[in-house]
Amino acid sequence: MMELITFGDTGWGDELLLSMVMTILVSTSSLAFGLLIGTIFASFKLSNSYVLKTIAEFYTTIVRGVPELLVIYLLFFGGSGAVMYVAKIFGHMGYIELSPFTIGTIAVGAISGAYSTEVIRGAILAVPKGQFEAARTLGMKKYAMSFNVIFPQVARLALPGIGNVWQVTLKDTALISVTGLVEIMRQSKIAAGSTHEPFLFYSIAIILYLFITSISYQFFNRAENKFSKGFVREGN
Amino acid sequence: MRFELMYESFFKIIQGIPLTLEVVFLSTVCGLFLAVGVALMRVSENKFLSNPAYYFIYVIRGTPLLLQLFFIYYGLAQFIFIRESFLWFFLEDPLFCGVLTLTLSTAAYSAEIIRGGMQSIAPGLIEAASSMGMSKMQRLRKIILPITIRQALPAYGNELILMVKATSLISIVTLMEITGIARTIISKTYAPVEIFIVAGSIYLLINFLITRLIKFAENKLNHGTIY
Repeated sequence: MMELITFGDTGWGDELLLSMVMTILVSTSSLAFGLLIGTIFASFKLSNSYVLKTIAEFYTTIVRGVPELLVIYLLFFGGSGAVMYVAKIFGHMGYIELSPFTIGTIAVGAISGAYSTEVIRGAILAVPKGQFEAARTLGMKKYAMSFNVIFPQVARLALPGIGNVWQVTLKDTALISVTGLVEIMRQSKIAAGSTHEPFLFYSIAIILYLFITSISYQFFNRAENKFSKGFVREGN
Repeated sequence: MRFELMYESFFKIIQGIPLTLEVVFLSTVCGLFLAVGVALMRVSENKFLSNPAYYFIYVIRGTPLLLQLFFIYYGLAQFIFIRESFLWFFLEDPLFCGVLTLTLSTAAYSAEIIRGGMQSIAPGLIEAASSMGMSKMQRLRKIILPITIRQALPAYGNELILMVKATSLISIVTLMEITGIARTIISKTYAPVEIFIVAGSIYLLINFLITRLIKFAENKLNHGTIY
C-alpha cells in the first residue's frame, strides 16, 4: 500500500503534493479576489447612496443564502457565456473559454467576498469615530484619510474575521473539483478511482486539508500579533 | 431571459424540496442531540472525554464537507468486512450517507456554538444552584441548558442556514434534491442564469423562513428577560 503514495511514476505522492499547491493557490487567489469585492461592497454598504446600499445588500443576501455549489454551477455553465457577451460588445467575436482555475477563483471569490464584506464593514465601524474626526481636523483629504489612517486600523480589526473567512474559503475550494480543477479533492478522487483505494486516498486528503488549516491558523495568529504590535487595548 | 423555461423548471425543481427538507430535518435533529453530547464532553474536566470531542471537532471543522461525504460513502465501502456486515445495509444508501455526514458536520459546528453558550453562563448562577442543593443533573436541566439555548440560538440559526445550503452537496452522490434537479436542467437546456434564479429563490425562501422561525423563538425565549 505504501508504494501508492511514493513519488515518481508509480506513486501518487507528487500528484497529491501538486494538488495541495493548487488548493493553496486557488484558495489564496479566491480570498484575495473576495477581499477586493468585500472592500468595495463594504464601502457601498457604508455609503450614503440608497442605490449602492441596496446593490450591496442584494449581493450579500443572495450569496449567503444560496448553496455554494449552485453559485459554482452558475459560473461554470454561464461564465464563458457572460465573458463572450461582454467581449461581443467590444467587438470580439471568437469563442472564449475560461479555465477551471479562473472560474473557481471567481466563484469561490464571489462567495468569500460576501463574507468579507460583512467582516470589513464591521471592522470599519469599529474604528473609533475620533480617528476620522482627527484626520479631518488635520486637513487630510478623503483618500489620504482612508489609506493612511483608517485602512491600517481596519486591517488589524478585520484580521480575526478574515482568518475565519480563509478557513471557509479553503474548504469551499473542494467544490471546484466538480469543474475539473485538479486540487486535493479532485486528485484524491482520481487516485481513489484508479487504484480502488478510496479509504487511503480520502484519508490522505483529510490529512492534507488539516495540515493547511493548522498552518494557516498559526499564520493568522502570528499576523494578528504583528498587527496589534504597539496597540494598547483600552483599559490596559 | 427565457421565462417559459423558468416557469417549467420551477415545477420540476420544487419536486426536490421535500428531499432537501427531509435531509435538513433528519440531520439537524440527530446532529443536535449529538452536539449536546459532544459539547458536554468538550467542557468536561476528564481528559478521556474532552480529548476525543476536541479532535472530532478539529477534524470536522478542518476538512471540506464534500470530502467527509466521499470518505463515508466511497471510503468506507472499500472494506469487505464492512460490505459483509449489517452496516452495509445503511452505508450503501446514498441518502443514509448524506444524512450521516451532515449529522456529524452539524454536530461538530453546533457543539462549538453550544459550548460558547455554556461558557457565557455566569459562574454565580451555577454556584447558587449547587448551594441550593441541586444535583448535577438538575443544574444541567434547569439552569445550564435553558440559558445555553437562549444564548446559542442566534448562532444556531446561522448554522441551520448553513445546513440548508450544505444539503446541496448530496446531489453529487446522485440524490435529486433542489440543486441536483437544477444541475440536470442546466446541462440539458444550457440556461444557467434562469435556473439559478429559480433554484436560488427557493433556497432564499427556505432560509428566510428559518430566519423568521429563529427570530420568533428568540422572542419567545427572551420573554421576561430584562437586559
